[in-house]
This record gives sequence, C-alpha cells and structure tokens, in this order.
Amino acid sequence: MIPAFVVENSPALMIIVPFVAAFIAPFAGRAKPAVRALVVGGAMAITSAITLLLASDVYAHGTRLYVFGAQAATLAVPQDSGGIPVRIMFTVDPMSALMLVITAIAAFAVVIYSLTSERHHSGLGSYYTLFLLMVTGILGMVATGDIFNFFVFLEILSIASAGLIAFRIDGGVAVEAAIKYFVLSTIGALAILVAIGIYYGEYNALNMALIAQRMQFTLLDQLALVLIIAALAMKCGAVPMHFWTPDAYSMAPSSITALLVVASQASLYGLFRTVFSLYNITLNAACVGWLIIILGVLSMVVGVTMAIPQKNVKRLMAYHAVSQTGYMLLGVGVGLAVLDNQPLLEAFGYMAMEGGIFHIINHAMYKGLLFLTAGAIFFRIGTYDLNKMGGLGHSMKWTMVFFIIGALAIAGIPPFNGFASKLMIYESVFVFNPVLSVIAMVVSILTLASFVKVFHSIFMGPVLPEYKDVREVPGPMLAGMGILALVVIVFGLFPSLVVETLVAPAAHALADQGMYIAAVIGGGA
Amino acid sequence: MVLYNLPYVAVVVLTIIGLGTIVLKQNLIKIFLGIMILESAVNLFLVSLGYREGGIAPIYTNAPDRVMVLPTPQALTLTSIVIGVATTALLLSFAIIIWKKYGSIEIGFLRRLKE
Repeated sequence: MIPAFVVENSPALMIIVPFVAAFIAPFAGRAKPAVRALVVGGAMAITSAITLLLASDVYAHGTRLYVFGAQAATLAVPQDSGGIPVRIMFTVDPMSALMLVITAIAAFAVVIYSLTSERHHSGLGSYYTLFLLMVTGILGMVATGDIFNFFVFLEILSIASAGLIAFRIDGGVAVEAAIKYFVLSTIGALAILVAIGIYYGEYNALNMALIAQRMQFTLLDQLALVLIIAALAMKCGAVPMHFWTPDAYSMAPSSITALLVVASQASLYGLFRTVFSLYNITLNAACVGWLIIILGVLSMVVGVTMAIPQKNVKRLMAYHAVSQTGYMLLGVGVGLAVLDNQPLLEAFGYMAMEGGIFHIINHAMYKGLLFLTAGAIFFRIGTYDLNKMGGLGHSMKWTMVFFIIGALAIAGIPPFNGFASKLMIYESVFVFNPVLSVIAMVVSILTLASFVKVFHSIFMGPVLPEYKDVREVPGPMLAGMGILALVVIVFGLFPSLVVETLVAPAAHALADQGMYIAAVIGGGA
Repeated sequence: MVLYNLPYVAVVVLTIIGLGTIVLKQNLIKIFLGIMILESAVNLFLVSLGYREGGIAPIYTNAPDRVMVLPTPQALTLTSIVIGVATTALLLSFAIIIWKKYGSIEIGFLRRLKE
C-alpha cells in the first residue's frame, strides 16, 4: 500500500517535506491564498503521515537508523572507517518516536486551526514559512543522532520561533517578548555549542552513541553537562529560567503558542537524551537526579503561584505550562536519581519515568488545546483580558466544551489524560519521597482552583452587551481543537494501553544506554 | 606553552567581554554586539580545537605527507558562522522595529510587558 521507498526513507522525508514546503508556501500565496492553504495543509498532512508511519515502524521493529550519504540507510559504521560512525545520522528510538507522535498530532491540529484563524492577517507567506521551519526544527531535534545536528535544528527552531513570536508586532510589545526569548536562546545555544566543542575535543566524535560509549565523566564532561542542562532547562521554561515563557507564550499568535509548547517539550527531550543516553550511569545519578527534581519542584510551585493572580488568560496558561513542565522534570528526575540502583529502578523508577514521559505527551495535547481555545476566544472578542470577558458560554458552546476538557485534564481530574499521568507520578514519587508527592498534589489542586476561576470569568454569567453578536468560531478551528480534545479523551480512557504501547518502550529506551549505543555502533545488527 | 594556549585565553577574554556587554549595556545594538562577540568566542574555541601545530590545510588531493589540521571543527565553525549571520540579522531587524515603535533602543523603554 505504502511504497517501500517512503518507508525506507521516512526519516529524511519527514524533514524534507516541511522544509521544501516552507519555501514554496510564499510563492504559492502569490498565485492565490487558497493554493497556499493547499500547499501548507497538504505538506503538513504528508509530514504527519510520514512521521506517524516512522513512529509505528520504530515501535514495531525497534530503533531505526538513517545514515545520510551511506550506501545503505542503516549502514552506520562503514567498512573502512575503523568502527567509527563518520556520517551524520538520525537515530530514531522509541523515545524519539514518542516525540515524533506528539509533534505530528499537535502540528497537524495547529495547521488546520491556523488556516482559518489567520486568514484575515497580512504577511501569511512568511508566517507559514516560519511555521513549517519550526516543525522541521522540532522533528529534526528529536530524531537526530548527531549532537552538532541537534544544535543546528535547535537554532532553526529558535530563529523560526522568535520570528513568529514577534509576528503580530502589537505596538512593539510582541517584539520585546521575541527579543527576550531570542537573546536567551542564542546564549543557550552557544553554551550547547561550547559543550559540543568539549565533547569533540575529548572524544573526537559528534555522534551521540559514540560519545556515550567513550564517556569518561571527567571534569570537562561535568562542565559540558552543566552547560547543556542550563541551556535546555532554560529552553523548556523550567524555573528559575522561566521568565521568557509568559512573555513569549502570551505574545505569540495562539496557534503558534500551541506549537511553542511542543518546541519546549523538544528541548526537554534534548535534556533527557543528554542525561540518559550520553551520560547515563557514568554521572552521579543521585546528584543530577536531585538537581532535576529540584528544578521540577520549583517549576511546579513557582509556576502555579505566579499563574493564580494573572489577568491575561494566555499569561496565566503560560505560567501553568511552566508548572506542568515541573511534573515531567519531577517524574523523570526521580527515575534518574535511582538509575544506578536496579531494584529501586524496577520498583518505582521506571514508573516515575513513564509518568513523566506520559505527561509530556499529555501536556502537549491539553496545553495545546487550551491555547487554541484562548485563541478562539481572542478570534471573536479581540481581548485576552479576563476582566473584560464573561458570558461567552451562551454563544461559544463548543469552545467552552473544549476548554472544560483541557482544564480538567490539566488539573488531573479523571477520566482525562492528565489524571492518568499525574497518578503515575504521585504513586511512584510517593515511594521515593512522600513530600515531593504531596507538593505535586497540592500544585494540582491549585491548578484546578485557578482554572475554575478562569472558566467562570470567561464563560459563566449573563451575556455581556458588547458580546451580544459573538458567534462560534468557524468549523476548521473547531476541528483543530477537536483533534487535540479527542486525543485527550482517548488517552484518558485507555491510559494503560497508551502506556504499554507508547510510553513504556520510550522510558526503557531512555534508561537503557547500552541499547542506544548498540543500535549505532553494533552496525545495526 | 602559553603561546600554544593563547587561543583559549582569547576565548575566555572574549567570552567575558561578550557576557559583560550583554549584562551591563543598556543599548539594544550594544547587547546584540555582545552576542556577536560571544559567538566569535565560541567559533574561535571550535577552530582552535582542531588546530594541530604546523598542520596544513586538510585537502587530500596532492597534499604533502604532513600533519593536517582537523577538518570537522572547521566545518562546524562555518555552520556556526552562518547561523550567527541569521541570528544577527533577526536581532537587528527586531531593533529596527523597536526603534520605529518606541523611538528609542534603550532597554529602559522596554518595560511595557512588565505591567
């Protein structure tokens, strides 16, 4: 049914399709906006299909290699290279595949949504160019097996995101947010580049698997680790380096904010990949694990407390995004803290990691959904100010339903997906350290309180006279939100199925460094 | 020994100058210049990693049989320079918009997000 060529080259195609389409889109728009919509929508649909195809293949047959420029796509170590993988390659293991699934679903929903929501704005040619470049950056970051390649995709992502954050200039305020974001991410990216230089100087390698195999954990490696953790924790919006998040998330167009959430998760993936696949047990697992746990707990608490007094609905959601990132860091951090202790790892470490990783996919879905509903409200009434909203439940019923689904999921109420992953985190973290688990639950309750307030001030109450003529948003926007809402519900109803098929392989792939190395150095055998 | 490590000393000095400029200056253009200096520091670091004393350019055709400098860091540096150009262009275009909207590029004027 599907040509063998596509299956074989899917890792390359999923990068090439959005990348080429990004530069066709502005020209297609010259002809007619409908043509551009067709090009962008079609390219994104093809990209998502290829990505999901690749992910399902990885889940079925194990880690996929794609070596660029080699005789065979899986030939990582050429005969005459003396056992060294010399070429740039993509290493798609189950953890990468999970991130690919997230990106495919979220980006597809966002593109459907923004084809309608952005229709009346100017400069759409460059909007979609940057949008598709963002997708390219995220997909490349999570798929690559070469650490310099990771840096390049990270920069593609940063530049495209900064352009999109500033897209609605908004009297200059959006540009301020973009400057803040971009200055920080450039400095972060340079820190990563220094770390890459250190690895190269020490191990003569840029391939992640080869670096992992040769890893000595010298003083220089510790320096590189600190640089990478600092840079990527900043990029994923963990406290105390979160201050760009509310500005950038609130000033970007809403559809882009939903994708920025996925972009943050990609940085989080990079963080986990570095810690687990590059270093694994060579580092002082308990020490670094606790560092990540503390980052996580700080993010949870500071994020939610900063969220409660916000008046701007997107700033509020952005602070909640910081808070939710804390859960992922907490879950995976606990897994890392017990990484060198097999019995503890079996007892609760894997479960904590699964909870954290499951929360990544859940967060991308419900947070994307919430930002899209905020965008839908802005689309109709033109403000994000909670004090100016009210009574919208009468006219925007579907948006209200989607908002409720997202809000209950983020607060961890059954039967939505946020509950499933948070429960896994509570249970496993409780065994590790009860205090952390209690903090996580309190944060969850505060999240619920905050969203009850938001829900009330947006949708409840009598119809305000100025919003008398407000109608529901157009169908395609509802369809975009509907996709994410559907995923939220399905994942919430069948959590064990999702954990077994998607999340558990990812957690084990992350913890098992040997498998990652063997997939590359072992010649793919 | 000192001479051999001179590039690394320069890297440290450039890093300090770059970070200092970013943190201490109030003018957006100067902050962006600080970022460019930082970029140069990192590029210099990468190139010096691949340098071998007395090495020749790593071009294999007709090369005399001598020590070559490493080609990979040079490739990395080239990529990094290209990315740096894109970064600088975007940052400067932000500065232009800020100048048009606010009439100033001093950081003191960029406070509207704070509320």
